[in-house]
Amino acid sequence: MKVVLQNLTKKYPNRNKKIGGEVTAVGDFNFEIPDGQLIGLLGPSGCGKSTTLNLISGLIKPTSGKIWFGETDVTNLPPENRGIGLVFQNYALYPHLTVRQNITFPLENLKGDKKLSREVMNDKALEAAKLVQIDHLMDRKPSELSGGQQQRVAIARALVKVPRVLLLDEPLSNLDARLRLQTREEIRRIQQETGVTTIFVTHDQEEAMSISDMIVVMKDGYVQQIGKPQDVYDDPVNLFVAKFLGTPPINVFEGKVKGGKVYVGNDAIGDAANVSDQDVWIGIRPEGFILDENGPLHCNMERVEVMGRDVSIVSTNPCSANVTVRSIISSDIKVDRTKTDVRFSVKPHKICIFNKDTEERIHI
Amino acid sequence: MENKSMKGWLYLLPALIFLGVFMVYPLIDVFIYSVEEGYNSASQSFYGYGAYNFSYVLHDTYFLQAIRNTFLLVVITVPISTGIALLLALAITSIEKFKDIYQTVFFLPYVTNTLAIGLVFMILFKKTAYSEGMVNMLIMAVGGSSIDFIDGPYWAKMFVLCFYTIWVVLPFKILILTSSLASVNQDYYNAARVDGTSKWRIFYKITLPMISPSIFYLIITGFIGAFKAYSDVVALFGTNLNSAGMNTIVGYVYDMLYGDSGGYPSYAAAAALILFAIVLTITCINMLVRRKYVYI
Repeated sequence: MKVVLQNLTKKYPNRNKKIGGEVTAVGDFNFEIPDGQLIGLLGPSGCGKSTTLNLISGLIKPTSGKIWFGETDVTNLPPENRGIGLVFQNYALYPHLTVRQNITFPLENLKGDKKLSREVMNDKALEAAKLVQIDHLMDRKPSELSGGQQQRVAIARALVKVPRVLLLDEPLSNLDARLRLQTREEIRRIQQETGVTTIFVTHDQEEAMSISDMIVVMKDGYVQQIGKPQDVYDDPVNLFVAKFLGTPPINVFEGKVKGGKVYVGNDAIGDAANVSDQDVWIGIRPEGFILDENGPLHCNMERVEVMGRDVSIVSTNPCSANVTVRSIISSDIKVDRTKTDVRFSVKPHKICIFNKDTEERIHI
Repeated sequence: MENKSMKGWLYLLPALIFLGVFMVYPLIDVFIYSVEEGYNSASQSFYGYGAYNFSYVLHDTYFLQAIRNTFLLVVITVPISTGIALLLALAITSIEKFKDIYQTVFFLPYVTNTLAIGLVFMILFKKTAYSEGMVNMLIMAVGGSSIDFIDGPYWAKMFVLCFYTIWVVLPFKILILTSSLASVNQDYYNAARVDGTSKWRIFYKITLPMISPSIFYLIITGFIGAFKAYSDVVALFGTNLNSAGMNTIVGYVYDMLYGDSGGYPSYAAAAALILFAIVLTITCINMLVRRKYVYI
């Protein structure tokens, strides 16, 4: 099911009556989600990603704008008529019901000619449970399950009615690191097996990048960038997106463009032929550096961190906006740790420059 | 380890001393009184030990009347007051405007003195030579004939007593239930809404199980409270409860100790122990039921 968000806006009256006015939780959101895709809504807390999800679910009504599921306008439909499955951050499993009763709960609500017999309900519940691999736990209570298992029950409950759209609110935030890795792959697998259009909310960029077909980066209620994870990572539209994506985070320098060259301090690290002279922010991903004895960028060596697969050189530079400059290089390359200075050259396509005031990207 | 547990007991000692002096010792004493036959409090003498006190109390028509009254009171008021409190708590929770005001209004009777409320009920229900009372005026306005609720037929008096008891216990129950309803995570309701659950089913399948611990708490304390009813009855019908036919078990115990026919601590102790046995049994039954129906 294709989902279209059209100028979707949600405003709340300001809680602080002294200031008054309105707070925009979600502003002018336009996005056409193709059928069967997995979409990650990504942003820091308070950016409006959960509000967007709740708008799509119908639990809150938009101030303006429209939501389309396929060719139907669902903006004014209550949640139960939208055909959605929703997984809550805390799973919201009914603690007094068994796993089976939890999963069949949505089916028991069906009325009239849609009403199912008990056997059909149990079969469908078992089918959903098998999909998320919890069919051996059907008679347990939620309190007798681990976090990951509860998560699966919640997904099974959301899937049992065969929703047109599956919505997941911070699905992994209550799991420990190892389980998180495992579960996110699981979500991807389930999504691909069912082919249901899925939208999930997360503040963890790694999570969003790893499993999404497309990610939407939001800030303060407004969409910053929509695109394939790798494209957004390589080609951020502004400094916020650049900083938000990637671990370790992007290195940001205060610099300038002069005579078609990009300068960090006095070091000309790359070309920007078509850009007029101005002060800029320069963003370089950690993997954009090449250790080079004759490289243009001079930094002071702090320490070297060995990660096994690669090595990270932590250095400082007077122009750096971060405390340290972190570069990641292959562990095959030998680093001379006794030196106090270190020099890099920078891969040309890894240099992103941003307007100093608006922080918008300047394309080189 | 040894030292640590000594320390623990030392910290507990003040509480243990008070509990011992004011709870454990009187309990044992009551038991002793109840088996001492022909005990005379003036001379502190008695004939011997036996179950005569229990047999006397159980054959005393006043005591049987008191048991009947108390049971009626319990059976009628506990379910009704809990039910009404639940309805009111649901109503208060579902409104948005003036929620705080309603909460305060419904809580007012709780901070009002029992005797003061009793006085108000007297004004509402009492029929005198000069006035019919508010309620009778209402009854007559709709074409009925007046009833003497305070000195009249048994069922009328019982009605006033139950009405009064329900009124007095409501605020506490509403308070507990509103806070219990507020503590149910909104996500459960959202999840149910997304699945198209009807209002009634949400209430029956989600709200009720979620607040069931509070409901059972209220039922148990309600039972115990109603079994111990006394001051309410005095507030309505005065101290001569036996002649009014409205005595309760605790009232009977009091009368046996200090009333006009009093001075029989052994009978009082026996009656008190019978009350204790009744409350214990009911509470145990409640606990068993609770284990079956309350999910936590």
